[in-house]
Amino acid sequence: MSVARHSNVGSFAAHAILATYTVIALFPVIVIVVNSFKTRKAIFRSPLSPPDGETFSLIGYETVMAQGDFVLYFQNSLIVTVVALALVLLFGAMAAFALSEYRFRGNMLMGLYLALGIMIPIRLGTVAIMQMMVAAGLVPTLTALILVYTAQGLPLAIFILSEFMRTVSDDLKDAGRIDGLSEYRIFFRLVLPLVRPALATVAVFTMIPIWNDLWFPLLLASAEETKTVTLGAQVFIGQFVTNWNAVLAALSLAILPVLVLYIVFSRQLISGITAGAVK
Amino acid sequence: MGSLSLQAIHKSFGAVEVLKGIDLEVNNGEFVVFVGPSGCGKSTLLRIIAGLEDATSGAVRINDRDVTTVPPAKRGIAMVFQTYALYPHLTVRDNMGLGLKQAGTAKDEIADRVRTASDMLSLAEYLERRPAELSGGQRQRVAIGRAIVREPELFLFDEPLSNLDAALRVQTRLEIARLHREVAATTIYVTHDQVEAMTLADRIVVLHGGVIQQIGSPMQLYNSPQNQFVAGFIGSPKMNFIEAGAVGRNGVSTIGVRPEHITVDGKAGDLEGAVSHVEHLGADMNLYLDCADAGTLVVRMFGEHHFDIGAKLFARFDAGRALGFDADGQTVDFSWE
Repeated sequence: MSVARHSNVGSFAAHAILATYTVIALFPVIVIVVNSFKTRKAIFRSPLSPPDGETFSLIGYETVMAQGDFVLYFQNSLIVTVVALALVLLFGAMAAFALSEYRFRGNMLMGLYLALGIMIPIRLGTVAIMQMMVAAGLVPTLTALILVYTAQGLPLAIFILSEFMRTVSDDLKDAGRIDGLSEYRIFFRLVLPLVRPALATVAVFTMIPIWNDLWFPLLLASAEETKTVTLGAQVFIGQFVTNWNAVLAALSLAILPVLVLYIVFSRQLISGITAGAVK
Repeated sequence: MGSLSLQAIHKSFGAVEVLKGIDLEVNNGEFVVFVGPSGCGKSTLLRIIAGLEDATSGAVRINDRDVTTVPPAKRGIAMVFQTYALYPHLTVRDNMGLGLKQAGTAKDEIADRVRTASDMLSLAEYLERRPAELSGGQRQRVAIGRAIVREPELFLFDEPLSNLDAALRVQTRLEIARLHREVAATTIYVTHDQVEAMTLADRIVVLHGGVIQQIGSPMQLYNSPQNQFVAGFIGSPKMNFIEAGAVGRNGVSTIGVRPEHITVDGKAGDLEGAVSHVEHLGADMNLYLDCADAGTLVVRMFGEHHFDIGAKLFARFDAGRALGFDADGQTVDFSWE
């Protein structure tokens, strides 16, 4: 479709800016993935050149696999991410529904209070969290991580979802009430399917920081059997010698699951958007 | 079928009092229309009858049963919404049957009732479709069908035609009138459109500022409005209001004459004015007359007439039809002669 405002120069400039940004954003990722397939010498000699017959090596991946525990680390990361994500979406959506649907005293204040966490990083409370988790006997367990990440993800989830839920037609919910649906059925069967695009957005924003986090696993789950991938990759970083092949291979592998989850959610996101557009 | 009784219904949102004591009796099988400008409380009143909103005080009785604290699904009502409010993920058949399923009705019975309703509304061929695959008019028919299958004591309509285009609105209006004759169900219908009110209602309730202004049959409201608000709200084009002093009349504050109760004459009449605008509607026409002290006067005439803009004309009032209002806007005895 050609628009009257269309201009070749403007369109070229826009694409140039976007392309530059894409290159900048992808550069570190590509360097990591490319170098994970090279010998140690080649990594340092020419970090930007792709592997050729001489420099190609899977030594990094072999080291990671031989280390043995990486399957377990992956499993831990997945459990923490998926469970925390599920809890954030469930509780976030329920709180958002209550805030957007019911008129009660202190509704506004409660909404502000729940959104406060967006502005205050949860790491500021690390010492208190640490003390609490130790007192509860949850260090080192995955449960501790799941609890912390649920708390970390809720503010943004509630903020985004309550805005979206305000757009769901009141008449639809009222029709459900007249037909005798319980508030839970109205929430799960009528409202949730209609805010699916928002759920996908929240899922992506919640999932990535959890998967990539190093801070809380280091503090709350540093035992061998509870390590996550990002923490596990640290064994190759020493004070004097770092096994760069293994570090890069571990990081490259860590990208895969999150990429898969992202693709799953972004499908949802796009199908949600188009379903709304042609209604 | 049921009767409805509202007793001293009050409703406040915070400090704002939306309904200020509504009393109303609706008889079995009656078609009652709530009409009023936006913000008059008519939709809130309907939602209180449905149980979607709690009254601050007062009682709602359906079929002589106090339902003030009964949840919507147990009140024996069905409601049709302005935005159709169909369940997007269910087929037409399931949309209609959901309420019955929730109430634990037997499957055969549900199928039976859905069939009857869909035949009545010529929806039989769309039963397996989803709402997104239907046109606006069809969606509203499904919404009406969903109400019919519940066989309620009371039908509630919340501006059901507002989202339809003009042609479809007339057609659906006829359909609702026909359905009401067939099912003979007690119906409460909310609208801001006085044409819908006039054409459908057995009785009209005019609401303004949270207070019932007048209850009566369409022609009662048209012929003998109790106050200036009702006089101005019912009838289109709107009734002309003229300050009594401007035309040398005493005893009343304002005089009201409907546009169709004025004739024009080139030579003599009650009021002189200049033609400022002419609207041709086909069968009839509206003439706007600028009268010096009395303001702009609208005259409705039938057939086709030609007037030049700026032409001087005399308006003659139908003496028996002119109304007088006192300073508070209440109708008082008055004769133009």
